Amino acid sequence: MSEKKLMKGNEVVGEAAIRAGCRYFFGYPITPQNDIPAYMSRRLPEVDGVFLQAESEVAASNMVYGAAGAGARVLTSSSSPGISLKAEGISYIAGAELPAVIVNIMRSGPGLGGIQPSQADYFQATKGMAHGDFRLLVLAPSTVQELADLTYLAFDLADKYRNPVMVLGDGMLGQMMEPVEFKEMRDLDELPKKEWATDGAKGREKNVINSLGLVAENLEKHNLKLKAKYDQMREEEVRYDDYKMDDAELAIVAYGTTARIATSAIDRARKEGYKVGLIRPITLFPYPENRIAEAADQVDEFLAVEMSTGQMVEDVKLAVNGKKPVEFYGRTGGVVPSTDEIYDKIVAMRGDK
Amino acid sequence: MEKIAGYPESLDNQSTHYCPGCTHGIIHRLIAEVIDELEIREETIGIAPVGCAVLCYEYFDVDMHEASHGRAPAVATGVKRVHPDKTVFTYQGDGDLASIGTAEIVHAANRGENITTIFINNAIYGMTGGQMAPTTLEGQKTTTSPYGRNIKDSGNPIKMTEMLAVLDGPAYIARVSVHNPKEIRKAKKAIKKAFRMQLEGKGFALVEVLSTCPTNWGISPTDGLKWLEEMMLPQYPLDVFKDIEEVE
Repeated sequence: MSEKKLMKGNEVVGEAAIRAGCRYFFGYPITPQNDIPAYMSRRLPEVDGVFLQAESEVAASNMVYGAAGAGARVLTSSSSPGISLKAEGISYIAGAELPAVIVNIMRSGPGLGGIQPSQADYFQATKGMAHGDFRLLVLAPSTVQELADLTYLAFDLADKYRNPVMVLGDGMLGQMMEPVEFKEMRDLDELPKKEWATDGAKGREKNVINSLGLVAENLEKHNLKLKAKYDQMREEEVRYDDYKMDDAELAIVAYGTTARIATSAIDRARKEGYKVGLIRPITLFPYPENRIAEAADQVDEFLAVEMSTGQMVEDVKLAVNGKKPVEFYGRTGGVVPSTDEIYDKIVAMRGDK
Repeated sequence: MEKIAGYPESLDNQSTHYCPGCTHGIIHRLIAEVIDELEIREETIGIAPVGCAVLCYEYFDVDMHEASHGRAPAVATGVKRVHPDKTVFTYQGDGDLASIGTAEIVHAANRGENITTIFINNAIYGMTGGQMAPTTLEGQKTTTSPYGRNIKDSGNPIKMTEMLAVLDGPAYIARVSVHNPKEIRKAKKAIKKAFRMQLEGKGFALVEVLSTCPTNWGISPTDGLKWLEEMMLPQYPLDVFKDIEEVE
């Protein structure tokens, strides 16, 4: 293993991707993820990779579509409005069953929005990325180290499922510097073989990368095959982290950087005698719904905390299924919730113990 | 023994969905013959468009990647950057390349992306049922220009090929037609050159091929060839607009 380095989140994405065997990056500038393409433009030539700044996010995601079809491990990154533009290509990538990794360092919206941190793209990432019946596998890191680990993992998951994987961070995570340790550089010869890729029909039948399905029954069959993959993800890929849940009477559910702020609020509340714990979803799709359902038998109530007006809270409610009350606390538009605000909300919910 | 006639190996021997009198089939065949003659069938990846030729991935017997509307040059860029030693071509119509995909084609050309683009211009949207295209002629009636294309409201027929030729990136830019056997032979020569230049690493090459759409033009196949010659050639003159080999 390598030694620990102090690095910025965005740059860590780039290095982790290269370690995972990614040699192709197609992107377009947008704040607050600009250090990712900058890092890749510097680093990829050192490992005989290709960096290309596309003419638009639309073009970038379609370049990813081409490179993924050609058999490469390929990355693109953007921030919220740019992800909306990449949606077209992502739908085609999912439809054609291609592995690719997309990083969204979220900023606030809607529209042009602002450049401060946000978690307002939860719905987009987990439910409504683009047209058609498909899902992304969505990973939500909360530390720079986890950003490195999940970016690295994302390439393996993309290959395993032949499906696009999104790493969903926010502007805070992208901009913060923390110590990080990288996994080993993957041997490119050891990466999964892709016999379906378009690399020239030498001594074999031609390969076709495609998402067109003009016969309804055939497309239904294809979509059910996709659904079977998403069901398999639900079985095999759910990841979450518990914090002080053992005796918790209030469970906070939060992901990404918000979960870290919630952790500080929990520590303070614990000192005051409040039995509060945290369930931190690491995969947003598949969602840790079973863990939350199980917690509904233990705790008195739930609190979802997000940097949005309330998106993931809907999944908490679905998992809790009416068994216990679910409250929400959020800040939006680029405002980051403070430890004090979350602590005050805990006190308001739990009263005088 | 030298093969002087027959079905090209790079074209799957099956009937197509193209309408009677449509020249897509001729152009497919020219491309397939060129791929055969250059002996690159097993080294070629084709990018299919959205439009009438959306199913061309069924017809070409080479590796194929179906792009979204207008994005074929971006998809081709992705493929080519991964496999710089393979031949990559896009096959795009005028709605695809000259309307929704203008950014992608301009920037692929400007980068001098070492790919070959075959651009089919029939002055109309075929697949969606005959709407006005950016290439539709002044006064031409379509389902979305029922009174004839009005330049004042809908702009001018766009000359993509002339536009692209002023860029520094492209190596070869030409316009050909397939309305008679002589022009078909010239079209093949241009297409072959556009592929050969890619093989030699000379950069971006595009051949615009004027094509017919009798179904949506509302005329017979034979009148279609005549209409192309009489109406389209004055607006879209046949020429080589850029050829870096001529200045070398």
